[in-house]
Amino acid sequence: MCGIAGLFIKDPTLEPDLGRLLARMTSTLRGRGPDSAGFAIYADATPGLVKLTFAAPEGTDAEALATRLLAALGVGGIAAVRHTHAVVTLPAEDVARAEAWLSENAPEASVMSTGNRLEIYKDVGDPDDVAAAFAISRMAGSHGISHTRMATESAVTTNGAHPFSTGADQCLVHNGSLSNHASLRRALRQDGIRIRTENDSEVAAGYLTRKMRDGESLDEALTSSLKDLDGFFTFVVGTENGFSVLRDPIACKPAVMAETDRYVAFASEFKSLTVLPDIASAKVWEPKPATVYFWEHS
Amino acid sequence: MPVVDLAKSSLRELNAALQQLGPTTNETDWTVLNPSGEHAIAAGVDAPVTVTIAGPVGYFCGGMNKLATLVVEGSAGQGVGENMMSGLIHVKGDASQSAGATGRGGLLIVEGNASARCGISMKGIDIVVKGGIGHLSAFMGQSGRLVVFGEAGEALGDSLYEARLYVRGPVAGLGADCIEKEMRDEHRQELFDLIKAAGEAGKVDVGEFRRYGSARKLYNFNIDNVDAY
Repeated sequence: MCGIAGLFIKDPTLEPDLGRLLARMTSTLRGRGPDSAGFAIYADATPGLVKLTFAAPEGTDAEALATRLLAALGVGGIAAVRHTHAVVTLPAEDVARAEAWLSENAPEASVMSTGNRLEIYKDVGDPDDVAAAFAISRMAGSHGISHTRMATESAVTTNGAHPFSTGADQCLVHNGSLSNHASLRRALRQDGIRIRTENDSEVAAGYLTRKMRDGESLDEALTSSLKDLDGFFTFVVGTENGFSVLRDPIACKPAVMAETDRYVAFASEFKSLTVLPDIASAKVWEPKPATVYFWEHS
Repeated sequence: MPVVDLAKSSLRELNAALQQLGPTTNETDWTVLNPSGEHAIAAGVDAPVTVTIAGPVGYFCGGMNKLATLVVEGSAGQGVGENMMSGLIHVKGDASQSAGATGRGGLLIVEGNASARCGISMKGIDIVVKGGIGHLSAFMGQSGRLVVFGEAGEALGDSLYEARLYVRGPVAGLGADCIEKEMRDEHRQELFDLIKAAGEAGKVDVGEFRRYGSARKLYNFNIDNVDAY
């Protein structure tokens, strides 16, 4: 099972509704994945500054940790706290120092994402509870991806939840299962890609990160993945300005898409799309197998 | 004329009520409100009744249907009419993958597009899709007819037995042992009958369709291959 929802907004007047719509789409998919949920939101950027989103260790105060982090770095920064996560906005050149400080001083904390615009929030529990705890409904953004998880390949933990981010402003959600993730993980780690968990889906994210680091565009990297990833999958992938969908050549995992002048949407089941405006007049289709679908903000 | 609102009643209550209807019931016209994409709506009905479902349904709607007429006023999720035995299922919107899978009888009509694996392992069902169908449709189809007004995806009729396939639009590719076959009068007649049953007589020209079927090389024992066993 597992459920995926994704929304890429074309009409900027709809951007304030991104979180509300994505949370409602996700709510319809609770039955597909009651273990955990996660949300990736591409929100406004602050010129010259980068966002680092981390989950504080269980039972600790995310705000206090963020304050200590900024003080230790000695830079002006802003921390915004949502439930167990904090988003620290700081100069790009300080991101590596911030990650090093966290792994030294709060090794139980988990970096969810870094990037100009990407923020990732995820936790175990009922997807509606997760969305409410992070107040996803009140978030604006240009595109977002969510996932409800029924765990198969690794433990039910915050870090095992989707979306996975292995590169700046990149994230991936996955419905399916990969067979060759152990060997690929070793190869990717040797090649300098940081993979934090034993989860198969994180390997797919890391694979795309390596391909893009080596010069491929997102759609080229996804095309490459068709020959290198062994298993079944429906992927929805976000980058700073892009939104992409890929199904394996058999395409057994469900996927349905809708497009209007105002948005492109993806969901595991059609009922998830019914919460969107003007869905009755949208173009609705099921993506073809082994075919890369790609949209980008200019 | 019972009306069941799934915003107020549970799916189990609805299906239990439908499944206990017998051949002589007087409750022959049911309406289901607020289906909201729930799975297995009106599965396992075995009575000559009509059930109109006012909105989209999830997986396996009308599975195992026998005698009943189901009308879905919206789109249907995976496996609509899966293993249906007889009766009619009419989807007014699109159908997701595996529509009519393993169906043994009856008629499934899809007004919009169906998706991958439409009619997979069909065993006597008739399926009329007024839009297109996805890849691997009619895979291992044993009997029954599949009529498609639009296009068909890759690997149509792969490993086909004796199901007959009629497609008007372009076919992206034929599966193993599926070939185009001559349209003879008996085929034009059965195609016309199916088009008529789908309410399109006089609107759709049987002459625009091509027929596909099994080359019968894969499933028949060939003495030349005896060494392989």
